[in-house]
Amino acid sequence: MGSRASSLLREEDIEEIKKETGFSHSQITRLYSRFHSLDKGENGALSREDFQRIPELAINPLGDRIINAFFPEGEDQVNFRGFMRTLAHFRPVEDNEKNKDPNAGEPLNSRTNKLLFAFRLYDLDRDDKISRDELLQVLRMMVGVNISDEQLGSIADRTIQEADTNGDMCISFSEFIKVLEKVDVEQKMSIRFLH
Amino acid sequence: MDELWGVVFSAIKAWFTLVVLLIMFPAMLGVSLGITETYMKILVKTLKWATVRIEKGSEERKTLKVSSSNGLIQRLDGSMEEQIWELRGSRPKPPVGGDFTLSDVFYFSRKGIESIVEDEVTQRFTSEELASWNLLTRTNYNFHYISLRLTVLWGVGVIVRYCVLLPLRVTLASIGLSWLVIGTTAVGFLPNWRIKEWLSELVHLMCYRICARGLSATIHYHNRENRPKKGGICVANHTSPIDVVILANDGCYAMVGQVHGGLMGVVQRAMVRSCPHIWFERAEMKDRHLVTQRLRDHANDKTKLPILIFPEGTCINNTSVMMFKKGSFEIGGTIYPVAIKYDPQFGDAFWNSAKYNMVSYLLRMMTSWAIVCNVWYLPPMTQHEGESAIQFANRVKSAIAHQGGLVDLSWDGGLKRAKVKDVLKEQQQKKYSNMVVGEDSSD
Repeated sequence: MGSRASSLLREEDIEEIKKETGFSHSQITRLYSRFHSLDKGENGALSREDFQRIPELAINPLGDRIINAFFPEGEDQVNFRGFMRTLAHFRPVEDNEKNKDPNAGEPLNSRTNKLLFAFRLYDLDRDDKISRDELLQVLRMMVGVNISDEQLGSIADRTIQEADTNGDMCISFSEFIKVLEKVDVEQKMSIRFLH
Repeated sequence: MDELWGVVFSAIKAWFTLVVLLIMFPAMLGVSLGITETYMKILVKTLKWATVRIEKGSEERKTLKVSSSNGLIQRLDGSMEEQIWELRGSRPKPPVGGDFTLSDVFYFSRKGIESIVEDEVTQRFTSEELASWNLLTRTNYNFHYISLRLTVLWGVGVIVRYCVLLPLRVTLASIGLSWLVIGTTAVGFLPNWRIKEWLSELVHLMCYRICARGLSATIHYHNRENRPKKGGICVANHTSPIDVVILANDGCYAMVGQVHGGLMGVVQRAMVRSCPHIWFERAEMKDRHLVTQRLRDHANDKTKLPILIFPEGTCINNTSVMMFKKGSFEIGGTIYPVAIKYDPQFGDAFWNSAKYNMVSYLLRMMTSWAIVCNVWYLPPMTQHEGESAIQFANRVKSAIAHQGGLVDLSWDGGLKRAKVKDVLKEQQQKKYSNMVVGEDSSD
């Protein structure tokens, strides 16, 4: 199975993905093999069900939101390219990437893009604002039935108050960045990929 | 025409005579002529040479060596509490209204993405990845670069495996199985004297030994003083249906299982005639109480063979041990744990039942180089006072995992087919809630 999987991936594709995501050649082929084994429909794309079949993800309180991050608006399939693009947000920031050519555009694993990934977990309707209602829904996913509505409501109110600077009772992305400016996002939103 | 038939006939006769003389008789008597040993020695040398060639041929691909460590990512250790506390850093706890910060999702995101890249469970249900290529075009994707000499070697291997080993093994396996059916049926007609028991054991052992030769199985048994004794329950980790043949080569067991149709059914019906195996109808299997009762009755009878159970309930890929179903540990009596670990270098013994059916699996086995495996008999274990069946099951599982060098997982092997129970997600939510509002107010 494995040998077939990697031969389906063309060398040009690997090069392009490498450029776009910063993953190394061997990481790409290994992740392709993983992609292939998740792809139960064997159609070269993953569906939401393919993700939900991973038990550890299925028990993750935010599992559905994380899965959603792989799917562009209105689509229910993600190909390998898209899969890698989302995973690339979690590559650690390497020293030599910090002062790269400024014209190259922002790498997927930059601090801002990592924060954007987290922001979008809350932004259910993708309107670039986290409303009180959205925050409540995400909180509910995280705590399940264990906390009362009032208590959760007061947590949401307090969180929005702390973050909201322009008084629209929502958290915009720039407000989100501001609140989390002291957090070591680069490290906490990174996975240690080997080789 | 007649001449041709004559030639074919005498070829077949010579083939069978050879098989019977060189393999069947030694197998029946449990002695070895050293053919397997020599074959194994040649095999090990060849594979070693091939590995060296591969490494030489791919100097520029230094990564190969590193990636043999298998993991794709390094996970952060630590519980949810520890990691989220660390994430929140020195942020002061708000005086009222629960402890939550927007950055808590970082923990869940990272965990989630980690499990997408690599997870503990699903990869246990696919074939294990090898550190070096074993000249079978299976399981390994690291080695596409093949030099001319290696390709030739691989070609020779294909011819040997398919044209020599396969027919030989098929012959042996069919002789073994038909002997099992005939033998056990014949023994079944005898009255219930001691001689019947003795004969039955003999027939079983003989057949399994022939079948084991049919797979070129080289089995190393360790600590044989701990072999399961009558009136006990033997539990082992489960990689493939061959496990049964492997264990039964060294002693007789009462099998437990569902009644199958087809070929398996014929074998099962024959076997039960000569000694008391425990087969359940499909409908009976659902009645847990009945199952436990029948097993308990069997285990309480000290004259009956030890029951063989695979409490994982499904085949795992030889790298880990998954949750043991508690049923087998509720019966009471002595548990004899056995750890089975195959050497993946010579062939992948794992039965990926979602992908291959029984026949194509057996075909793969018979066209592999050999089956090499280690069997460890562990000291018998009994349930401690005040220990629940689940705790006991986990203790036995850890012992097996530790001995076999397997990863000890608490996940349910049933996940191969079923979805995760919501309860596990609720536990995560509960844990997080406790961090938000504190332990006390959560109820």
